[in-house]
Amino acid sequence: MWRDALLVAGKDLRVEARSRVATNQVLPFAVLVLVLFAFALEPDRGVLRTAAAGLFWVAVLLATVLAVSRSAALESGDGGRDALRLSGLDPAGVFLGKAGAVAVQLVALELVLGVGVVVLYDLEPAGLGTLAVTALVATLGLAAAGTLYGALASGLRVRETLLPLLLLPVVAPVLLAATRASEAALGTGVVGIDAGEWVGLLAAFAVVYLAAGVIAFGPLLEEG
Amino acid sequence: MTSVRGTAVSLALGVAALVSLAATVGLGLSLPTTVEQDDYSRLIAIHPGLAWASYVAFGVTALASLAWLWPGTRSRTADLVAGASAEAGVVFTALTLLTGSIWGRPTWGTWWVWDARLTLSALMLALYLGYLALRRVPADPDTRARRAAVAALLAVLVVPLNHFAVEWWRTLHQGRSLQQLDPGRSLDGIFIGAMLLGFLAMSLVYAWFVVTRLRTLRLESELEDVALDLALTERRAEAVEALKA
Repeated sequence: MWRDALLVAGKDLRVEARSRVATNQVLPFAVLVLVLFAFALEPDRGVLRTAAAGLFWVAVLLATVLAVSRSAALESGDGGRDALRLSGLDPAGVFLGKAGAVAVQLVALELVLGVGVVVLYDLEPAGLGTLAVTALVATLGLAAAGTLYGALASGLRVRETLLPLLLLPVVAPVLLAATRASEAALGTGVVGIDAGEWVGLLAAFAVVYLAAGVIAFGPLLEEG
Repeated sequence: MTSVRGTAVSLALGVAALVSLAATVGLGLSLPTTVEQDDYSRLIAIHPGLAWASYVAFGVTALASLAWLWPGTRSRTADLVAGASAEAGVVFTALTLLTGSIWGRPTWGTWWVWDARLTLSALMLALYLGYLALRRVPADPDTRARRAAVAALLAVLVVPLNHFAVEWWRTLHQGRSLQQLDPGRSLDGIFIGAMLLGFLAMSLVYAWFVVTRLRTLRLESELEDVALDLALTERRAEAVEALKA
């Protein structure tokens, strides 16, 4: 299963490295969202700084929808789904591989967005260790839930509109928990919030959706 | 072929639902007003019952989805029951939020608070609206049923979370309604009676919804088949005409 996962993750990342959709479209889109927030919320009054953690994670969530949609689209053309099924790869491995590839892209995106938030929103970086753990665990959950729902919506004619409707309510807890944990690390939120509890919630979310994906990906791939 | 008219079962369910609903409304309106909440405490006759019915509905959707995914029990009926039950559940969730909001305004002083139970209920509504959207997608019925079943099993995780939210997080919403049945709790007998009658009435309304919707869903799919046959016959007739000419 792990070998298959590595194979699939390597394939997806190679496709991304060559097609550059993630770097040329998804990443600029996420940065654009950050800039749009600055237009909407008066930049001078420190609103951006206090809301920075939440805005950052909203931008990540929107980018996740695009990244996942792209990841699912890789197999939807040219009978890719059938090829994947015939390849003899373990479906659980395929799921973990695709989720892993999405997670790697999201982590890279979060690094760039993090720098963007510091520069554009005039934020003092603090609590980097907590932030890194939060980002990592949240990304795992986002990638797992995203890949699973991406498979649910893939190949359907209306997937572009269906995927956000399916995925965004599901990952809303990630937005909430990751924002609270980030605020605790940065010291911008309500005083006395324990980042650990929220990171624990993020970890539980990631475990549930990784397990659900490992179980459900087989039946989802098998369909005719 | 499915009969256009309802069966004796659906008729009996409909009558029972109407009678119990009327009794709930009657009892609810005859409840005494309370010092703290004035008239609004009477909402106890319907609000917990609506929430209960939405839980039942999503639970049935999950069970029917499980039945569809299990090869031994796979049937078109299981898929249709899941869909019909989720539709009813969405209606009940929306009504729960609506009546809760009407109740919250005079007692909490606000239509809406971002409290764990309210937020999770809203999330539950969004999840199942997504589920219903997935069911409406034009696709092969088996593909659609399989994906809908997986989505339903993922979505149902929120239901227990929502139910116990009032205990796990400190919320403005009061504790679980059924716990009020313990002796020594603050809720008066007549209020508990009205609430339990509400549970019964909403369950019957739910059951009638599902039975009726199941019939219309069957009729819909049969109509599609008839229309397809008709179209095929017409095209064949056209081909014959073209050959003759």
